[in-house]
Parts: sequence; C-alpha cells; structure tokens
Amino acid sequence: MGEGGSKHLKTTIKEEPKRPTAPVFDTVKIRADFPILNQLIHDKKQLAYLDNAATTQKPAIVVCGLCDYYQAFNANVHRSLHYLAEQATQRFDDARKKMAAFIGAPNTRSVIFTRGTTEGINLVAWSWGRKFLQAGDEIVLTEMEHHSNLVPWQLVAREKGAVLRFVPVLDDGTLDQDVYARLLASGRVKLAAFTHVSNVLGTINPVKKMTALAHKAGAVVLVDAAQSVPNRAVNVVDIACDFLAFSGHKMLAPTGIGMLYGRESLLERMDPFLAGGEMINRVDLDRATWADLPQKFEAGTPSIAGAIGMGTAATYLSKIGMDVIEAYEQKLTRYAMARLAEIPGLRVFGHAPERGGAISFEVEGVHPHDMAQFADREGVAIRAGHLCAQPLMRKLGVPAVSRASVYFYNLESEIDQLAAAILKAKEFFAHGT
Amino acid sequence: MELDDLYQDLILDHFKHPRNQRPLAEAEVLVDEENPTCGDHIRLMAKVEQGKIVDVKFEGKGCAISTASASMMTERLIGMPVEAARRLISDFVGLIRGEKEVDPDELGDLAALEGVKQYPMRVKCATMCWHAVETALNRIHPPA
Repeated sequence: MGEGGSKHLKTTIKEEPKRPTAPVFDTVKIRADFPILNQLIHDKKQLAYLDNAATTQKPAIVVCGLCDYYQAFNANVHRSLHYLAEQATQRFDDARKKMAAFIGAPNTRSVIFTRGTTEGINLVAWSWGRKFLQAGDEIVLTEMEHHSNLVPWQLVAREKGAVLRFVPVLDDGTLDQDVYARLLASGRVKLAAFTHVSNVLGTINPVKKMTALAHKAGAVVLVDAAQSVPNRAVNVVDIACDFLAFSGHKMLAPTGIGMLYGRESLLERMDPFLAGGEMINRVDLDRATWADLPQKFEAGTPSIAGAIGMGTAATYLSKIGMDVIEAYEQKLTRYAMARLAEIPGLRVFGHAPERGGAISFEVEGVHPHDMAQFADREGVAIRAGHLCAQPLMRKLGVPAVSRASVYFYNLESEIDQLAAAILKAKEFFAHGT
Repeated sequence: MELDDLYQDLILDHFKHPRNQRPLAEAEVLVDEENPTCGDHIRLMAKVEQGKIVDVKFEGKGCAISTASASMMTERLIGMPVEAARRLISDFVGLIRGEKEVDPDELGDLAALEGVKQYPMRVKCATMCWHAVETALNRIHPPA
C-alpha cells in the first residue's frame, strides 16, 4: 500500500525489466501514483475502491496535468494565432495522436473526441442511423447491452421504422452465437452493435469473430469498448469494426471526455452530429459546408484539458503495458471469484470462460442496497443497482445486483476486506428480530 | 452515525416480517412506482370508503429500508381519513428529505426511519412507497 503524502505526487512508473514468466507488477509503486486510494474513511477504515467499472481513479500525472494546462497553456484550439493558442492546439493534437495510436487507429482523421461512450454511440445513431437506415432494416443488439447501447437504437428504430433484434445471453453469461448467426442470416441486418466486455457479467465477447460474421452479412459493426479499452490492448484494425466507442474516465482520464473511432469512408458519408462552430468549412446565411474529418464531428469548443488528460492516461497505461495490466486484472479477478465462492448464499452472475474484472453478485437475505451500505461502512466502495442494464436484470430475475470491479491498482487484501464486509452484512441481517 | 442507528431493530423486524405485503383483490386503485437508481419496484393497492382508507397493501422486493417503510406505512394508514393521511405523507417525506421538523408524537413508530435523512442516497428508498400512496389517494380523491 502506498504511503501517500506529497513526495508521491510525482509519477514514478518506469519500465520494469520483463521476466519470461509472470509479469513484474509493483503495486506499492503504482498506488503511490493514486493518492486518493491512500485514505482512511468511516472511523479509520482503509478505503478499498472496488467500483472501477463505474469510473476509475486518476493518477497524479493526470490530475496535475489539468492544473498545468489551466495555469500555463489555456487557450481555445484551432483558432487564435497567439502563443497560448499554439501551445494548447499542439497539446490537443498530440493527445489525438496518442489516442489514435493507443487503439491502433490508422490515422487521426478517424478518431473523434466525444464526451464519452454514450455520446459516441448517439453520434453514430444520429449521423449514420438517420441517414442510412430505412423501414424494415434490422439492427442486431444483445441482451447484455448497457442502456447507452440500447436506447439510442430504440429512438432511431422508432423514427425510421427499423426493427431491433437481440442476441440472447446464455446461463453462463456468454452470448448465444448460434442465434447471432441466425439473426444475421435474415439478409436485412444493417447494423450489429455489441459490447466488448459486459459491465454486469464481465463477459468478454469474441468481437473480432462477431465483426467478421456481421461483415459477411453486409452489416456495419459498432463495438462498445467502454469496459475493454481501460484494461486490455484493443486494436480497431485487428477487430476490424466500423465504429468503436469508449470513455476517458474509465481509463484514468477526467470525466467529460471520450473517443469514437469510425471507419473513414463511413465518417465521410455521414452527416454531422452537432452543428455550430469548429465543424464548418464555409458558412453562408442559408447554408454551410462541413469541415474535414475529424472536426466535422466536433462542434463547439472541446474539452481540451480532458483530451490532453486522456492522452496522458493512455501514455501512463502504455508504459505499464496493457498486457501486464490485463494479466494482473485476470489474477485479481480469479482471486475475487474464489473468495466470493467461499461465502455461503452468495451467487455470482456471469461465469463466462473469458471474463473481465466486473463481478456482479447477490447475497441471500441482503438486498444490494443494504449490501453496498454495509460495504461502505467497512471502507469498501462497490456499486449496487441495475447497472444501467435493466433488461439484463429482468433476464437474471433480480431487480438489482451488487458489483465489485477491480483495476490494476487494487490489491488482494481489498478483496479480503470486501469478503469480510459481505460476511458481516449477512450476519447482521440473519440475526436479531 | 452508526449503521445500527439506520437499521434499528424495528426496521429489521418490518423488513423480515413485512405487514400488508400481499395483493389486494378489491383494490380501487393500483400504483406502480420505480426507484430508478436501483431498479426496485413497488406496487401499491388501496381502497377508500367514505373519505377513509379502509385498506392498503403492497407488493415488490426491495431493500430493508424500502420494505420496512412500506410495511410501517400500511400499518399506519389503514383506518386513517384521507386528509389526515395527506398531512402525514407530506410530513414524513419532508422529514426524510431533511426539509421539515415533525412532532415525535405524530411520527410514532415511523421515527425509526428518521436516520435515513443522514444518507441522501437512501432517501428514495424510504419515500418511494409514500409517493405511491400519495398518487393512489390523488386518483381516488383528487385534492380540493
């Protein structure tokens, strides 16, 4: 555990010499970059932050970068011709280059800064969906989608008379690939949109294979990568999807910034999303022409500091190594699954052979809200609720679940702290009256 | 504040043995209320005769706070004149939101839920059944 204090406010990550077997992972060093983790709450209990699928904490280098930006470089981008504007623009453009490289995008024209995953998906639903979908066209989604990859398609489907189809979730938390193939065979599917990693079940979907199948059926593919980009190497060229959306705040960056990757040829043919400044070429009183990519889809002053912060976060993650982060997350997840399995009356939702670090569960006799309240009292931050996946909750037959989600700065001792809190809550509600 | 103050024995008792948690066949009104933060759902059924609440029942699975609140509420409201019930609803919701002081004599057992006001994230848990019954009464007897 980090010692905290101002001497740790500087990032100290260095490339570790790689060993041939398990990757070296110095959690003490890592946690020193996240001062927020090193605090005692509720009568001196060590904070254990296990709500990373909701948002991650930010390393000092990202937090301090915001301060540096506003104190030394703040100006609007791509407009003014003075020193500060040049500094801000250069850093903003650099951030875009870093992000394009981080997800393996072929160039910076294909990566659009958004407010987050939700805005990215809405952009595609609006600019692609409203232009290219027609009555009777089909959109294939899955039962495990977050509301943000469901509701935008409901709106566009209603408007255009398109039909939504859903790939069922099987008992182990994987998608029914047979049904997926059958749905694609209708010949009317124009779009397949699915999550890479489920925020509820943890399931890692075979997105590369699913993309290839959809393409064979002539459909465009959107991948919701909100839960995958933060903790594994994601490469859009390898997946070969047409769109991929994710958020900055789930990968160490500030809130209010995210990214949409889009295949250039599609982005070129789409109409703008938001209209106004920054996204135009020439404007007359009665008409306008659009700016070149990616500015065509970036109306208004962007979150400049947020974009720079996301670039910094990507560099920080890359220095540790996405493979190292993934391996450590897998190890922690296995440990957590084993610890939770020891607790009688606890049921985990999601047993896919390939799963990430979001673990949803229910505890017999303890409602998720009460569970989260007890955990909080023991210093453990977990999520309780429908996790923005109400249809999936109905499928699982529960109104809500509790969810612990790990990231590379978490420790096995924090999982132990969670297990102890669960036992305490069970005991409390089992005894008395 | 300790959790024992939030989850008092009386609340745990109502959570484990909820009163009036079953369908009401002869209900005149049925209201469904959702808690969008957690996905909990409550169905409230009520019957009013000559300006008096003759029966209130609820269905749904919720947390300890929402179940206890619904259970205690139904016990209290059965037999109460509609106008008095409206005052109690307004007082109780105001109390839990921290907007009102309420005479402990008026609260009675319901005072056990007062601790919820220290937990802003749980306010909706305690008040959702009260909003449901308010909607139900307004449908049967629109306020003057």
